[in-house]
Amino acid sequence: MTHAEWPLYEVFIRSKQGLAHRHVGSLHAADDQMALENARDAYTRRNEGCSIWVVQSCHLVASQPEDREAFFDPSDDKIYRHPTFYTIPDGIKNM
Amino acid sequence: MKTMTDAKITYVLRQGDTPLILAQRLCGWCGHAPELEIDLALANIGLDLLGQARNFLGYAAQLAGPGYSEDRLAFGRDEREFRNLLLAEQPNGGFNDTLVRQFLLDAYHVLLHRELSHSKDSQLAAIAAKSLKEADYHLRFSRGWMIRLGDGNEISHQKIQRSLNDLWRFTAELFHADAIELELAELGIAVDPRQLQAPWQELVNSTLQQATLALPNEHAFRHGGKQGQHSEHLGLMLAEMQFLQRAYPNCNW
Amino acid sequence: MIIKAQHQQHFDDRIAADTSIEAKDWMPDAYRQNLIRQIGQHAHSEVIGMLPEANWLTRAPTLRRKAVLLAKVQDEAGHGLYLYSAAETLGCSRQDIYQKMLAGQMKYSSIFNYPTLNWADIGVIGWLVDGAAIVNQVALCRASYGPYARAMVKICKEESFHQRQGYEAVMAMAQGSAEQKAMLQDAINRFWWPVLMMFGPSDADSPHSAQSMAWKIKRHSNDELRQKFIDNTVPQLEALGMTAPDPDLAWDEATGHYRCGEIDWNELYDVIKGHGQCNHERLQAKRRAWDEGSWVREGAMAHAAKRAANAA
Repeated sequence: MTHAEWPLYEVFIRSKQGLAHRHVGSLHAADDQMALENARDAYTRRNEGCSIWVVQSCHLVASQPEDREAFFDPSDDKIYRHPTFYTIPDGIKNM
Repeated sequence: MKTMTDAKITYVLRQGDTPLILAQRLCGWCGHAPELEIDLALANIGLDLLGQARNFLGYAAQLAGPGYSEDRLAFGRDEREFRNLLLAEQPNGGFNDTLVRQFLLDAYHVLLHRELSHSKDSQLAAIAAKSLKEADYHLRFSRGWMIRLGDGNEISHQKIQRSLNDLWRFTAELFHADAIELELAELGIAVDPRQLQAPWQELVNSTLQQATLALPNEHAFRHGGKQGQHSEHLGLMLAEMQFLQRAYPNCNW
Repeated sequence: MIIKAQHQQHFDDRIAADTSIEAKDWMPDAYRQNLIRQIGQHAHSEVIGMLPEANWLTRAPTLRRKAVLLAKVQDEAGHGLYLYSAAETLGCSRQDIYQKMLAGQMKYSSIFNYPTLNWADIGVIGWLVDGAAIVNQVALCRASYGPYARAMVKICKEESFHQRQGYEAVMAMAQGSAEQKAMLQDAINRFWWPVLMMFGPSDADSPHSAQSMAWKIKRHSNDELRQKFIDNTVPQLEALGMTAPDPDLAWDEATGHYRCGEIDWNELYDVIKGHGQCNHERLQAKRRAWDEGSWVREGAMAHAAKRAANAA
C-alpha cells in the first residue's frame, strides 16, 4: 500500500548573522513552503537559527568520493599558496 | 468566586480560556497525525497556545488576588465558569475538522492580538504582542493547508468543505460583543469584537477563494461560550483535564 | 574484485583509525544493512515512544507539567525525524522502513509496549527510560557512521532535559502525599525490570553484537551499559526514598558496583515476539494514523503537482 512519498529536502540553517549556513539534516515535505515550515519546527526549536535554506535532495549536486583524489589531493602540495611559505625579514611592517 | 463579578478578570479569562481549550484539543493529536512533520507542527502550535493561556491566566490570577494561580483557574473552575469560544471546544474529528477549526481561530487571533497589543492595559498589550508573532505563524500553517487541501484533489476538497459547513455556525461568537466587552473597549482596554468581523471575513474569503472553497450557506448564530454556556463537549474535556487535581486536591506536582 | 578489495581495506583502515564513514563512501553491504536496521529501529522507537506519554498529555496535573510534557513529546517526534534522515542517507526510503515497522517486520524498543497507568509513570519514563536511553546514546556519539553519530550528539543535547524533568516530577511526588508516594512506588515497581531489559540480553546471547562492535556501530557491551545505568540510578532511587522491586539489589564493595538480581529474559522475548501489554495497541494506533492520514498526504501532493504544472 505504498503511495507516492513527499519528496526529501535537505536543510541548512544559519544560526547567527555573519556565520554560514550549515547542513543539519533532512525532512519530507509536499512543497517548498511546507519544507521551510517543517524545517523551522524541526531544527530551530532551541533558537538555533535565524535563516533557513531548504532544497530538494534531488537538486543537490555532490562531489563523489571516488573523485576525492583528483579533486582534493592536488591542492595538498602547493604550499606556495600559503603565506607561511615566504620569508620576510623582521622589521618589515604591514605585510 | 470573585472572578464572576469583575469585568476585567472575566475579559482576561476569555483571552486565556480559548487557547487553553484549543491546546487541550491539539494534545489529542500527538502521535496520531498524518505525517511526522505534521505531528511536530501541531505540537508546536499547541505549545504556543498553552503558553498564551498561561500568560493570560497568570494575569487573571494576579488580578483576582492571593490564593489564585494559573492552575487554580485551569483546574478548579467548573464548566459554567469557563469563558472560551465554543469553536475551540469542538471535537478534533478528522484532520479536516481540526484544520478548519484552527484556521478560523488563527485568522481571528491574528486580528485580535494586533488590536489588543495597543490596549491601555500594558500587561494585556504585552501578552498580545507576543501572542501575535505566534498567531502569524499558526495562520501561515493553517492557511497553507486550507489551500493545499481545498485545492488538492476531489476527496480533500470535499472533506474540507464539509468541515467548513459543519463549523460555520460557531463563527458568529467571535464577533459577538456583550456588556463587558463594550464597557472595556470604551476604556481602551479590550478590543470590540465587532470591529474584527470585516477584516476576518476578508481574510477568510480570500483564502477560501484560493482554496476553491465555497463560503458556507449555514447561518452563523451559536454563542454563549464567553458567558459560560457551553456545548456538551466542554464538560467531558474538563473531567479529563482536571481529574488529578480534583481527585488529589492540595498536592504539589 | 581488486578494486573491491581496495575499498574494503580503505574502509577497514578508516574504522581502525576512528575516522567517520560518510554517506557517499563505499561500505560493505552488510554494514549498510546493519545500520539501516539499527538506525531505523532507533527512529521507530522515538516515534512509538510518543504514544505512552501522549496518553497523559490531556491529564497532566498542572499547566507547567503539561507544557513540559508536550515539549518532550514534540522533541521525540523531532528525534525520529533526525534518525529517519540519517537512515535515508544510506539509500533506504523512510516510507519503506516505516511500512516495515507497521507490518511488524522491524522492531522498536520493547519498553514502549508497556502501558502508562498513572501520572507517576510519566515521571518514571523521563527519569528511567530516558536515563537508560542517554547511557546508550552517549556511547553512540562515537559510532563509526558520521550521520548517525551526529544525530546522536544532537539528540543527547536535547535528551538531558527529558531526564531532568522526569526526575523533578518524581521528586515532587516523593515529597508529597501518601497517595502520591504510593503512586510513584507502583510506577517504579512496574517499570524497573523492563527498563533494565532495554539494554538487551548479555552479549553472549545477542546475535548482532560482535559484528556491530567490530564495525564500531556499537561501542560498549550490553552488560557494561546496563551496569553503568544501575550505578547511576540507585543513588537517585534512594534519594527519592523509594525501593526497586529487586531484593538482591545491593552495593558490592569488592567490585565497586551495584549487584542486581536475575533478569527474567522470558519477559523480554515475549514482548519482542508481540505478546507485551501494548504491542497491539501501539501498532494499531500507528496503522490507523497512517491510513486515516492518506487523504491528507495525497491531497498535499495533488496540490503540489497542480502548482508545478501551472509554473511550467
